[in-house]
Amino acid sequence: MTALLNVQNIGKRFGGFVALDDISLEVNAGERLGLIGPNGSGKSTLVNCICGTLQNERGSVHFDGHAMNGLAAHERTHRGLSRSFQLPRPFPSLTLADNLCIPMLYTVHKRSGPLHADDIGARCAELLRLVGLENKAKHLPRDLTQVEMRKLELARAMAAEPKLLIADEAMAGLSHSEIEDILALLVRLNESGITVIMIEHIMTAVMSFSQRLAVLVSGKKIADGKPEDVVRNPDVVRAYLGE
Amino acid sequence: MPLFTGIAIVVALAVFMLLRVPNIEYLFVAGYTIVQYIVLSTAWNILGGYCGYVNFGSAAFFALGAYSTVALATFGTQLDDLVPESAAPFFHLIFPLPIPALIVIGGIVSGIVGFGTGYLTLRLRGAFFAIATLALSVVLATLVVNWDFVGGSGGAYVVRPGEFPGLGSYMQYLFLLMLGLAVFSVVVARWIERSRLGFGFAAIRDDELAAEASGVPTLRLKLIATTLSGALMGMAGAPFPYYIGYLAPASAFGLEYAVNSIAMPLIGGTTSWIGPVIGTILLGTLQQVTTVTISSAVNVLLVGVLLIAFVIIAPNGIVGLVQDRLHARRRK
Amino acid sequence: MDFPFDLLINAIVAGLLLGGFYAAVTAGISISFGMLDIVNIAHPAFIILGSYIAYFFNINYGVDPILTCVLLSPIFYLFGTGIYQVYYLSFEKRGQQSLRGLAFFFGVLFVTEVMLLLVFGVDYRYVETSYIGPSIHYGILDLPLRMLIPCAGSLLLFAGLQLFISHTFTGRAVLAVSQDQLALRLMAADPIRIKRIAFGISIAVAAIAGAFLIIIQPVEPSVGREYIGRVFAICVLGGMGSMPGTLIAAMLLGVVESITATFYGPSWAPAVSFGFLLLTLAFRPSGLLGR
Repeated sequence: MTALLNVQNIGKRFGGFVALDDISLEVNAGERLGLIGPNGSGKSTLVNCICGTLQNERGSVHFDGHAMNGLAAHERTHRGLSRSFQLPRPFPSLTLADNLCIPMLYTVHKRSGPLHADDIGARCAELLRLVGLENKAKHLPRDLTQVEMRKLELARAMAAEPKLLIADEAMAGLSHSEIEDILALLVRLNESGITVIMIEHIMTAVMSFSQRLAVLVSGKKIADGKPEDVVRNPDVVRAYLGE
Repeated sequence: MPLFTGIAIVVALAVFMLLRVPNIEYLFVAGYTIVQYIVLSTAWNILGGYCGYVNFGSAAFFALGAYSTVALATFGTQLDDLVPESAAPFFHLIFPLPIPALIVIGGIVSGIVGFGTGYLTLRLRGAFFAIATLALSVVLATLVVNWDFVGGSGGAYVVRPGEFPGLGSYMQYLFLLMLGLAVFSVVVARWIERSRLGFGFAAIRDDELAAEASGVPTLRLKLIATTLSGALMGMAGAPFPYYIGYLAPASAFGLEYAVNSIAMPLIGGTTSWIGPVIGTILLGTLQQVTTVTISSAVNVLLVGVLLIAFVIIAPNGIVGLVQDRLHARRRK
Repeated sequence: MDFPFDLLINAIVAGLLLGGFYAAVTAGISISFGMLDIVNIAHPAFIILGSYIAYFFNINYGVDPILTCVLLSPIFYLFGTGIYQVYYLSFEKRGQQSLRGLAFFFGVLFVTEVMLLLVFGVDYRYVETSYIGPSIHYGILDLPLRMLIPCAGSLLLFAGLQLFISHTFTGRAVLAVSQDQLALRLMAADPIRIKRIAFGISIAVAAIAGAFLIIIQPVEPSVGREYIGRVFAICVLGGMGSMPGTLIAAMLLGVVESITATFYGPSWAPAVSFGFLLLTLAFRPSGLLGR
């Protein structure tokens, strides 16, 4: 069975600094993968290379059987790859509903044909309801709290109706119950068929969510396997707790 | 949309009829300039206000339209020298080209150059695009100054016919054409605002990276904006040689085109089609008054100062100020 | 056919001298655009302003132009910090620097040019010093002092800036602010203050370059616009903030411009620098020694 996402020997440098060193990763359709690692280990760079925001110099990315190398970010999104940004990047001059319209107008529209205005409105409302923001549909992002912005960020990634969603630290700064909400949301997404990669620092969330866990340290992947095994891996323990 | 187009045409015709009442030539001369700037500032705003990419080279696109006309007019007067004898009768039939045809050609030429400039520089940051447009202006001006066919640095004369059958003075015909162009550009701008394209532009303006990640083909959309904007500016420039009679590079590539096409949308408001219109009418009228009463240098100084002031104090322009007022009142 | 070698050599030498001057002109932009990411297209306006102030003191009081601008550089520095403060509060803070910041500087460029026009008129202005006129002859080489002295002064200024950036805390902080603002904050340096200082310096340097300019050639208010293309072309070609890169790019541009002017006529000169700029942006935006 070929994996949905196949990352092979990816390398990325910034000048003299090696951000990613020979990273290989496979994600199967329907899987829940957790990606952890200390700050600066290259997680976001990896996401950027997978999604096309950055281009990797070495190695290749294959998604859903297609080669991704050289494709622009928007084309990868059209194929079903979607991501939320670690630091939320909403469209400041558009209302929340319109923020969600953008992926619908440009990704879903491209994939399954023109959407009717009412249809778009209904889908936006549904998504906002899922993340608990339906009351603020006509508000601007600047009226949102930090936490609400993260939810918007996730909703916008979901609006592209992806096959694979990468949630980059979507739960940072949330309260316990809010984490539960997002977790439930992501699990429900996964149950509906969407593959999810979760990048997080909140270990309880990662452990309960992931079927598989990968660990990145200083640009290298040092572990990849079942969560219970990975956390007992001496390299992983050393990376987090030091010698 | 059809309703809006209809209203716009009616308004334009009303303005034209109104100006014919006093029948003072100067009104048409001054009016032409203002309406021309409606086209230029609306065109600028499609790329600048909607997409967020600043174009400092409005003069270049405007001048390209003007010089296409000059080149074709000169070609028209030298047909017998330039064209083989067998083809001569055919060419004599179509030359001199009517102005609407020149407008279309000017638009095509400027559109192509807009596309080319965009293709070369839009993959870089917005700042680089802006600087490139500045460079374009100077490079084109230098090329024109060194090309004798269009008059070189000495300039070129284009003879304006005295009368247009049915309307009276030729100036009224030019004014009417420019009015039509203004209606066209405003309709296009408003159509974009409400379309899928407009949403894409707004996403690019707000956060290009996030727009890409959401599936917006940013490069393609930016190229569309640049080409459209450039084409409209070229269309505005095509009738200019007939308007002014004597075209010198200094006047075609004048800095006032760049400043005005930026100042008018920024002062009026960049988020809607009506901003450039408001900004043009206000600033344009102010300039006409100042030029006549004080001096043309002070007039130009005024534009610069107003630009700086508005950009600092009222970044969303007059439209923005009005919107804030309404918003505040609604909250209460 | 006799290839005019001595014409070529002199064109190259003149180009190198010009290039040295261009380096000083661009040094300010290397700081404000290359390092601070502020697209100050009004930079040439400050150069011209420096030229005119030097002219004023030269014509009325007989003061050497370079002396004038060096003595007045603290005032230009303060002026620069003030402008940055306005820029920061109005645009950087609100996150609107791309569109409105550009428009702001464009307005400043424009207003400065028109005010100079209103005060001084369109005539070309030039200064009178003892070293405008005489040249040093060295074999077939012809070195006019009015180019040699500004070039020497420019290189001195340039070297001084380079030393400042590499050897003082503030200088290194300027370099750091362009790379990592957070790290800078953690080092107890206020990035805004550092940027303000750097911008002030870039304006002061512009004014001194203005003194050099009016020694090399007579000026009139719209001369500044020719320099926009040159300055950004050199900055981008030189790799955006790399001082050595700026010097090399400046020399290169100076030589190409000089050869073009000598063999094809001066009316093509503006196209050279702007053409350079377009080509660089299109094909090698990271510059010759880009980072």
